[in-house]
Amino acid sequence: MNVRYIVASLLTATLVLVLSKAAIPQGFAGLGSTADGFAIPHPGGRLEFPADHGPHPDFRIEWWYVTANLRAEDGTALGVQWTLFRSALAPKTKSGWSDPQIWIGHAAITTKEKHVVAERLARGGVGQAGVGAEPFFAWIDDWEMKGLSNSGADQLDKVSLHATGKDFSYTLELSANGPLVLQGDQGYSVKSAAGQASYYYSQPFYEVSGSVDIDAKTVRVRGKAWLDREWSSQPLAKDQIGWEWFSLHLNSGEKVMAFRLSDARSGYTSANWISQQGKPTPLPAGSLEIIPVRIARVGDKDIPVAWRIRIPARGFDVTTRPLNDQAWMATTTPYWEGPVTFEGSAEGQGYLEMTGY
Amino acid sequence: MLWTAATALLAHWRHRPLQLATLVLGLSLATALWSGVQAINAEARASYARAASVLDQKELTQLVPRRGDSIPQSTYVQLRRAGWNVSPVIEGDHRVGNTRVRLIGIDPLTMPAKAGGFETGRTSDLTAFMSQPGVLIVSQGTALKLKGHTQMQLRISPDMPDGAAFTDIGIAESTLKRRGQLSRLLVALEQRPDLPSLGTLAPEIAMKEPGDRPDVAQLTDSFHLNLTAFGFLAFVVGLFIVYATVGLAFEQRRATFRTLRSLGLPLSSLTLLLVTELLVLAFVAGVVGVGIGYIVASLLLPGVAATLQGLYGASVPPALSIRLSWWATGLAMAIAGTILSSAESLWRVRSMPLLTAAQPRAWVRATAVGIRLQLAAGLLLLMMSGALATFGHGLMVGFAVLGCLLLGAALMLPGVLSACLAVLQKRSSRALVTWFWADTRQQLPGLSLALMALLLALAANVGVGTMVSSFRLTFIGWLDQRLAAELYVTARDEREASRLRAWLPARSTSVVPIWSVEGEVLGDRLEIFGAAADDPTYRDNWPLLSGTVDVWDRIAAGQGALINEQFWRRKGLGIGNRLVLPGGWEVPIVGVYSDYGNPKGQVIVGIDALAAHYPDVSKLRYGVRVPPADAPELKERLTSEFGLAAENVIDQTSLKRQSRAVFDRTFVVTGALNAFTLGVAGFAMFSSLLTLSGVRLPQLAPVWAMGIRRRDLALLEVLRTLALWLATFIAALPVGLALAWVLLSIVNVEAFGWRLPMRIFPMDWLILGMVALAAAIVSIFVPLRRLATIAPSDLLRVFANER
Repeated sequence: MNVRYIVASLLTATLVLVLSKAAIPQGFAGLGSTADGFAIPHPGGRLEFPADHGPHPDFRIEWWYVTANLRAEDGTALGVQWTLFRSALAPKTKSGWSDPQIWIGHAAITTKEKHVVAERLARGGVGQAGVGAEPFFAWIDDWEMKGLSNSGADQLDKVSLHATGKDFSYTLELSANGPLVLQGDQGYSVKSAAGQASYYYSQPFYEVSGSVDIDAKTVRVRGKAWLDREWSSQPLAKDQIGWEWFSLHLNSGEKVMAFRLSDARSGYTSANWISQQGKPTPLPAGSLEIIPVRIARVGDKDIPVAWRIRIPARGFDVTTRPLNDQAWMATTTPYWEGPVTFEGSAEGQGYLEMTGY
Repeated sequence: MLWTAATALLAHWRHRPLQLATLVLGLSLATALWSGVQAINAEARASYARAASVLDQKELTQLVPRRGDSIPQSTYVQLRRAGWNVSPVIEGDHRVGNTRVRLIGIDPLTMPAKAGGFETGRTSDLTAFMSQPGVLIVSQGTALKLKGHTQMQLRISPDMPDGAAFTDIGIAESTLKRRGQLSRLLVALEQRPDLPSLGTLAPEIAMKEPGDRPDVAQLTDSFHLNLTAFGFLAFVVGLFIVYATVGLAFEQRRATFRTLRSLGLPLSSLTLLLVTELLVLAFVAGVVGVGIGYIVASLLLPGVAATLQGLYGASVPPALSIRLSWWATGLAMAIAGTILSSAESLWRVRSMPLLTAAQPRAWVRATAVGIRLQLAAGLLLLMMSGALATFGHGLMVGFAVLGCLLLGAALMLPGVLSACLAVLQKRSSRALVTWFWADTRQQLPGLSLALMALLLALAANVGVGTMVSSFRLTFIGWLDQRLAAELYVTARDEREASRLRAWLPARSTSVVPIWSVEGEVLGDRLEIFGAAADDPTYRDNWPLLSGTVDVWDRIAAGQGALINEQFWRRKGLGIGNRLVLPGGWEVPIVGVYSDYGNPKGQVIVGIDALAAHYPDVSKLRYGVRVPPADAPELKERLTSEFGLAAENVIDQTSLKRQSRAVFDRTFVVTGALNAFTLGVAGFAMFSSLLTLSGVRLPQLAPVWAMGIRRRDLALLEVLRTLALWLATFIAALPVGLALAWVLLSIVNVEAFGWRLPMRIFPMDWLILGMVALAAAIVSIFVPLRRLATIAPSDLLRVFANER
């Protein structure tokens, strides 16, 4: 057992929280407990920009999460992921190596044949990784997400995105053609029947152009991207075993965010219907139904890679298909994350994340 | 037939158990010391390698500062931001309670997988590792020492060497007060392609490729070579025993051989039987020897560990692990040694004419012919030794000089003794006296090997003893000079230090700062001290080997540097050469001082210049000069009135006592090895005398027949043995002194980097002489008893038997 192992075990502890992306499940501690001195979200807490684009070190976990559905000039589909997680050992920052803020970067490119992944770890306090709100700049090592907006516009309206791995790299430019979308109640996103919550907003309206280097070739790409920003503090409950999270770009221009949190019982589901203009309509709990359609062998695991998603209230009934069954993120805490397409009552593309397998 | 022959041959040993015991024990002892020393060396080397792979992460390429001792944190970030997969390390010495620990701060988040390799314990918890108060990953031994002295959680890892601790870089940064100053960077194996070059990114750091041998292994090479030489010497002495015993056993069985051959046993079968017999004996003796070797090694290892710690600061666990390779080489040495030392006897059996009468004396006579040849060879070796000492360089040459000297002297011994005896024989007028000398001379060939072994052992004792004593005397004299201040105080932090600076001057004659920084000079990491050159502590006491006339004025003005002898010799520097110190500060060398007991190089500059060039220097240590009578009181007041921790005030007397204790511990092993070699040599003498007593009856019988009483014969035997011992002892003295000279002036300079004046200690020789005498008397006891109690009929039978 070497040092990497401690890294792994810590990150398992923290990343289990971190990766519950849209699903910060309830802890038995319940609401109102500020676990280990960390702050917790409150209903009615208003988000303010650009300040809230930056980090919230008094919360335990936070992320800047971009997924992009792209196409090369020859029409080949591919997906790109860029994520920066922040995981705090203590609710404070310090300059120097004793900073308790840990930063974790994940990057991936998924094509039909291939799925390449890279991971970076760093601690705050020395300048190796961090996020600044204005001008917006998020980085870890040589990976960056950088605000390019003119003054006056939102910092996240226009960003560049860059990451490298052992065998790939990409540089993309993202321009939003819609507003930021506050999830849940004005950004206060309830995650469970017991009222567990996070602060959560998205930018689902990015148009992307740029280049991807993979297989020693540079490919020009265009497409759509989705940014999620979320932070919270509460730990996972013991009976919660995993989740499925979808971000869907409908060809109509509408967007859907949906997730299900699996537990020993029926689980907790949640969805948000976002209009072409960016007006969110959170759907009441229980209005979403998701059913596995096809199971694939991924490594030594059986993973449901195709899903039927039903939102009866909206007449929405689609089946998603992954671009690549093997979109396994072999990072310190492994999970499945990859681009999907869907058809049925509506058509479009998006991203699926699954953990707990 | 073969079986009958084997039984007949083996019957010999059944009748002579003592001879069998001598053979097996002789070979066992030889193997024991050899394999014991090998075990110690293997253990120590394994420990260096382990320490290096764990502590220095030697398997990885590293980035190190070109100058100074730190890489700015910003350089690290710059490299990471450019895509370099590097991981930072902050390390330094840290005192916990009374224990000095090498603290190695790592960043577990970026640490390459290959750099770890140590256990972190069962409850691996990175949160605890990275948060205050922190975790120290240490060896079992270190954990015991640190327990109760630190707030940090102690986690034991079997892979950790003693005296070192892994901790989080954040903890190390604050503990070592090296904020933002990285010691080095580890380069992960996996890097992205098309990295920007290091030269453009950070020209101030250099790349150090993996696979360099651990520094400490290089440093301690000479020490292990020394041990090996000792082990080999004992092995050779042991082989003399085997040679003598096997020769005798073959000689005594000549009649049996002849009978067996006459009965039709083919020569090849006889040879096969004898070889098998020897191999079995060698195997048994080898196993016993390796077993004893293990015990010897376990007994010596703590001493060796202390030596290595004392001389080189190298940490070796005092417990021994059994290695297969070591068993194998031990056995191989035993078998090879047996074959080597019995080859001559075997050859004689093969070439023995079938019907020649058995002639026990032939063996001894044949050897007598070689004495002149030996003398010539010995002379040649001595000349070669002299030539090597004059023209050669390097540690290996030093050992070659030693080898030639010892072997040459040993080879010449029988010739020289024989010549002396011939002179004595000519000069004596009384018949009995003439016979005495003549008979002694006649015995010389049979005893010569044992005497040579004795010479080697005695010479080694005299030589090594002289070296150690010279070293000790010089060292203590040097300590007296060097530790001139009456009290040495260490402040816990800068605040306490500044209070000390204000508090002390009114209460002492002078306060001498002892400040130092670590850095790289001419490619070596060493300490740079500041000296208050105007203080008489330095001007009057500092042990300079050479220097310019105005050396202290130039040091005081910051226009010169002193270097220690080790550094001076190693780098071939000279007064006036310019030295580039960390940060690019260039100063000329104005003097060289002796610095015994320190394996590393050292530089001294003026204290003001040091503080000016290295403003971050830790200003915590001071020497305090007071009239010696007032020292105890000031020491008391420093703790009670000033509030300094008691362990942070050390008085000169106890410091000297500690240093002496370290020194004495350092040479315990040498003493033990000396005693052991002497023991083996004594045993060789015993076995030779035993051999001779068996074949000497034909010479004694006529003398007895002429009227000399058996008691007087026995007395004459004692006198003869003592005379030979004395002669060998006298011969050993110059050889030993020559050995000491080689050790002090050639080997030590190469091994440690310092040259010592040779001092002579005749009292030690007297003690050695007494020990040797006692051993001689013991060795002759059995043969003598045999002679004194021999039945007259046995003596008479000499005349009756046809031999």
